[in-house]
This record gives sequence, structure tokens and C-alpha cells, in this order.
Amino acid sequence: MATTTSPERQGTEAAPAATPVRPARWRNARNRDRLLAAVTPLVLLGIWEVLVRIGALDARFFPAPSSIFGRMVDMVSSGELWTQTWASLQRLFLGFWLGLIPGLVLGAVMGLSRPVRAALSPLVSGTYPIPKSALLPLILLVFGLGEMSKIVMVAIGVFYPVVLNTTAGVLQIQPMYYDVAKNFGAKRLQVFRTVALPGAMPSIMTGIELGAGLGLILIAIAEMVGAQSGLGFMIWNAWQLYSVDTMYVGLLVIAVIGYAMSLVLGWVARLVTPWRTDR
Amino acid sequence: MIDQHASSPVAPAQEITVSVRGLLKQFPAKDRTVTALDSLDLDIPRGQFFVIVGPSGCGKTTLLRILARLEEASAGRVEVHGSAEGRPENSMVFQGDSIFPWMTVWDNASYGLRMRGVPAADIRETVGHYLAKTGLTQFSDCYPHQLSGGMRQRVSIARAFANDPDVLLMDEPFSALDEQNKTLLQGELLRIWDETRKTVVFITHSVDEAVTLGDRIMVMTAHPGRAKAFFDVPFERPRDVLELRQRPEYGEMVYDIWQHLRDEVDHSQAATRPPERRRWFRR
Repeated sequence: MATTTSPERQGTEAAPAATPVRPARWRNARNRDRLLAAVTPLVLLGIWEVLVRIGALDARFFPAPSSIFGRMVDMVSSGELWTQTWASLQRLFLGFWLGLIPGLVLGAVMGLSRPVRAALSPLVSGTYPIPKSALLPLILLVFGLGEMSKIVMVAIGVFYPVVLNTTAGVLQIQPMYYDVAKNFGAKRLQVFRTVALPGAMPSIMTGIELGAGLGLILIAIAEMVGAQSGLGFMIWNAWQLYSVDTMYVGLLVIAVIGYAMSLVLGWVARLVTPWRTDR
Repeated sequence: MIDQHASSPVAPAQEITVSVRGLLKQFPAKDRTVTALDSLDLDIPRGQFFVIVGPSGCGKTTLLRILARLEEASAGRVEVHGSAEGRPENSMVFQGDSIFPWMTVWDNASYGLRMRGVPAADIRETVGHYLAKTGLTQFSDCYPHQLSGGMRQRVSIARAFANDPDVLLMDEPFSALDEQNKTLLQGELLRIWDETRKTVVFITHSVDEAVTLGDRIMVMTAHPGRAKAFFDVPFERPRDVLELRQRPEYGEMVYDIWQHLRDEVDHSQAATRPPERRRWFRR
């Protein structure tokens, strides 16, 4: 600190505290929301169970939650569920990075360079609307029936939302911030690190969240057609063996994976964009 | 205290920091060329608080952006004579919210120093000093969205002062603030400026603000932007913003400048030409 002569007053306007104090009523409402969110599915499961037991629901199509749960316990203890889940998770993980990194790099370059954007933007926007599932036969043809084709499917799903949102994120940064960086002597790389990247980060995180969701859809589809392992294969196989309980177990695990992904990505988003207020 | 010449002669003993000769700035428009600035000459001595007043659209922001090297002049010369090796030529306090929303108050205020690779200990000392001066010390770790508009503008001022440039450029820094905050920040700016007496080029559309802050005032014409008149402000320093405003000489001076400005404002409102281009609203 260079000086001890601090100003005698702080300005008339009151600055909001860094950690806002929330009123008690608001906290109660939030607790009630949480309770409702947890109770509603439980009640529905209970109704489902009762309807099956009294014969109002056909147990062949809608097996009782208790029998689905029993099947799940069997599959966990035999290790089968874990084997299939692990196979899907590995493909998701590798495909995620394979799509994310090129998406980020290409999106940033397209956002920063007008010629690159002019050259590539029609290509990206033109191929984006193709349903990614329609690419599966081609991907199987090119990459074979091994792991690579599944990983590539996930990567394609992650790539598009990331590249589009990164480009859009860089473009929506107010030009004034680049003027500030230039005026204060930032070099090219510093401009990227201090303006382009953080400015685009909220949009990038949105792209990653969308991409991860799309990747999960695509891995399930890809495993149904061209795989001998994974949750998609498990569900498809259950259909052929008419093991309806197993299908529901597969759906449940996929739902849990999707939910866990959005929790983790939401946490990462809060970590890399701590200035956001809307999260 | 008023000379009507377009040029601004300065006593030869004074060291000139900013020197502008025959400045011309033209923008290509659809079917013609718009002249934003025309044959502008300026000499601003070291340590002068120089204020430019003009109607909106007179090209005063364009002039400041040329001084800030953010835009190129179409013709003419702009020279800034530096006082020390390695010191940045200018730092700008931008109009509106220009501090980075993704940086804390501290990171914003230290931005220029960090980009120049100043040693961490020097950054701590300088930035700590200016945050204390602007009453922001306890908000060092806050993000801009947690601050009021007045405090965000204080960060912007701290950022420019901390960068320790030869010339401070200020583009209507208080125009978005309410009257009370404006008065408060004018007083704070004068107090901080009194410490270092850096050369300042300050743009405003408020005659009151010009007379309160400036040593010398340039009134600009609109379409194209030219120097219309110069005024030397006789009030001693340090100034008290409120005390100053109740003096009769203050009122006379404001009235005097308004006389010159009124024609220009009328003229500028009658003109059908497009408004001054603001780069950051365009893509």
C-alpha cells in the first residue's frame, strides 16, 4: 500500500455486499422446492407400483418398479451393469475430448478471423442440420465396427454445438473491450487470453453442455447398431431377449449419467465463469 | 481569456505534450465522404487539463480515438512527446461500461501494468494506491456486476491512472451517471489528478463540467468538427467543485461558452447527416 491517506468517504451510493443476504422466506421457498422435486417422482413410482399390482397396468410393458429394481440389483452383483456402463463411459469420455478440442480451436479461429469465418462458416452451418444419427452407417463404413466409430459419433455430437457457440461467443464480445486491450498495450496473445477467451467463455460452456447431451444420445444409438457392449447395446439386446426389466435399467443408468454430466458441467461453468450472476 | 483563433498559441517556455497539426478525418459514406474533423491544430502543454466541448456528432470522440491511436487520421500529424522511457503514451477512460465484466476490481485496475509486465510488487503498490484513492480497496475482489455505475467508473479511472501514462484521455466518463454521482466523481477526479498533474484531454458535452475541471477549453463546431473557440479557465487549484459553482465568475464563464456553443447545437440538430459513428455498436 503506497499511502495511508485514504479518502474520507466512500461515495453516497451503497454498494451491494459481495455475498448477498437472502431473506428467510426465500430460503423456505427454496427448501420447499427441493422437497417437491424429490417427492413427486417417488409418489409417481408408488402409483406405478400399485397400478401394476392391481393389474391396471400391463406388467409386460411396464414392469413394476420393484421388479426393475430387483433386476438392477442382480445386474450390479453380477458385474454386468458395471461392464456395460464402463464401456459407454469410456467412449463418451474419449469422444468428448475428440470433439471438444477441435471445436474450441476452430470456433475461436472462426470468431477471431474474418477470412477463416467466411471460408468455413457455410460449411459448418450447412452440415450442422444433418441428423448425426444418419451419419452412423457412413461412420461405421469408414471407421469399422471397433471402438473408433463409437468415439467418432460422440465427437461429432460434441463438435458442432461447441464450434458454433464458441464462434458466436467470440463474435458477441463488445468491440470496445478490444479497444481497451489495445489501448492498454495488450499483445495479440494477451488479447486472446484476457478478452476473447473469457468473453466467449459463457457461450462456450453452453456449447459444451449441449454437446455433451448430444454425445449421450449418439452413443446410445451407435451402440444399438454397431457394438457388442455398452448401455445402448444392453438396451437393444434386452429388446431381442424380451427382457423388459433390463431395458428400464439401461434407461435409468443413462438418465443418471446425463444428470451427473450436467451437474459436473454446471460446476465447471461456475468455476471458469465466476463473474456470472445467472448460474 | 478568450481567443477566437482556431489555433491555440502557447507561451514558448511551456513544454508541449500533445501536438496536433492539420488533422483531417474522413469516413466513406454511401454516396459521399463525411468529414468528421477538419484542419484541427492543437498544442497541449504538459500538465494541462484540456477539455473539449461540442455538440454530439462534432467528432470529439473521433478526435480522442485518434489521439488514443485507435483510429488513423486521414491527414495531418499527431505527436505525443513522452517524458520517460517505457512510459505508455496514453491511457483512456472510455465512455460507458468499459471495465471487463470477467475481471475483479483489482484485475481491472492492474490491467495495463500486467500487460506491460511490470513487477508484481510495483503493481501491488500502484494499484493499491489508486484503489484507496477511489475508495475501492474493500471491493478489490468484487466483480463489476456487484458494483454501482459510479463505482465501475471509478475502477475505470483507477485503471487509467495506475497505468501511469503521459496523457490521460477521457471520453465523457461521467455522462452515464446521475447528477450526484457526477459531482462526487468530478471532485474525486480533481483530487487524484492534483497529485500527479498529468496532461489530460477530457471530452464532454457539459459546459458546467468543462469549466469545473478544465484549465483550457476548446469549443468545437459540428459537421465538420473544427475548433471554434478556446477559453482559459482562470480558477485556481486545487478547486472545490461546489464552492466553485456558486461564484459569479463561474456562471459568467458558463454563459459565455454557451453563447458560442448554442449556434453549434442548433446547427447540429438541424443537420440531417448521420450521427457520429460509434464503433462498438457496430459489427
